Amino acid sequence: MTDETFRPPLPGTQPDYAHAPYRSTHARAPSQALVALPATVTEATGPRFAPTHFPPMADFTATGRTPPMGERIIVAGTVTDEDGRPVAGTMVEIWQANAAGRYNHPGDTHDAPLDPAFRGEGRVFTDAEGAYRFVTIRPGAYPWGNHPNAWRPSHIHFSLFGSAFAQRLITQMYFPGDPLLDLDPIYHAVPDAAARARLVSRFDIGLTQEGYALGYRFDIVLRGRLATPMEA
Amino acid sequence: MRPATASQTIGPYWHLIEHPEMSDLLRFGALGTPLVLHGRVTDGAGAPVTDAAVELWQSDPPADARFPGFGRCRTDADGGWRFTTLRPGPVRGRGNATQAPHVLLAIMARGLLRPLFTRAYFAGEALNDHDPLLCAIDPPARRATLIAQPDGAAWRLDIRLQGADETVFLDL
Ligand SMILES: [Fe+2]
Repeated sequence: MTDETFRPPLPGTQPDYAHAPYRSTHARAPSQALVALPATVTEATGPRFAPTHFPPMADFTATGRTPPMGERIIVAGTVTDEDGRPVAGTMVEIWQANAAGRYNHPGDTHDAPLDPAFRGEGRVFTDAEGAYRFVTIRPGAYPWGNHPNAWRPSHIHFSLFGSAFAQRLITQMYFPGDPLLDLDPIYHAVPDAAARARLVSRFDIGLTQEGYALGYRFDIVLRGRLATPMEA
Repeated sequence: MRPATASQTIGPYWHLIEHPEMSDLLRFGALGTPLVLHGRVTDGAGAPVTDAAVELWQSDPPADARFPGFGRCRTDADGGWRFTTLRPGPVRGRGNATQAPHVLLAIMARGLLRPLFTRAYFAGEALNDHDPLLCAIDPPARRATLIAQPDGAAWRLDIRLQGADETVFLDL
């Protein structure tokens, strides 16, 4: 069994832990340098989730007795590694605010209506080509206490596992043309502009379903593995 | 090459994907030596981190239909988390090394723009003295931040995100 090595992030493409404009990092970002841990069997393996234990929930608009309020959308894309290889059969966890910008969560005290027809929780598995797709409503922007008049741009949260714990990814998908992106410290914690822009989904008329819902494409890339040196 | 997607914080509302049963890795009937591992997460001011997700992954015993190898636990009002799992044994390291028994932990929370990774080892294991990661931690006094201590029948490891006695976090 050969040792696997995962690619280090390209400079600027991942946020640092400390990002002064994001206030919650002040007491939570580590102050000491991380200790390098080249992947061992622990980091090069990861959990497998069976749809029998974690049933897919690909239609956020179908969990209530009536359809939720808001603009129905389709979100789809692929999950690949950095070398373009599809990540097949991987679980993608998804959560979001409702159309009014309110989470169905006891910690969310924003004065916007809850929608009894919208939970905002979903889960899908990628197919053999790494493709995923779900139906939801476009989430609203919401205020947060980070700085005066702070509003999060509309976003959908994603959690991915890949095939190795070294590939674990928590991210957020944004929407094209959102004026709040320019003002958002979390989005701007990613130093590289092109890497930030890849967090913004693309409107895709091809994904749009006539008379039903607009489509947005969001392709996700998990860390790849460096080529294994030939054994002598 | 396509660069990996940027990480963003899990935020304060990740509990929408929380499933409390996931902190019990024995729920599918796994057989072996049970292990209860628990602790608290505190921030640089010593305040409990009450909205974190703590995840556990172990490569030993190998995951199978009865043992997921993976757990997730929310922190409570005191910053506390707890997993019930199986006691890991030694596993192979890079090259011909042997690693002391350990589990990998990931902490995700509001204010963490990327997951923080660390490991829990177990006090009293002779292999700890030769574990490649523990031996690489300098100054050696910081190694103790990765070593769980017996706490009755359970094991305890507190995680300090920042400041004096800051936990050693890992660059995977
Ligand atoms: Fe959010």
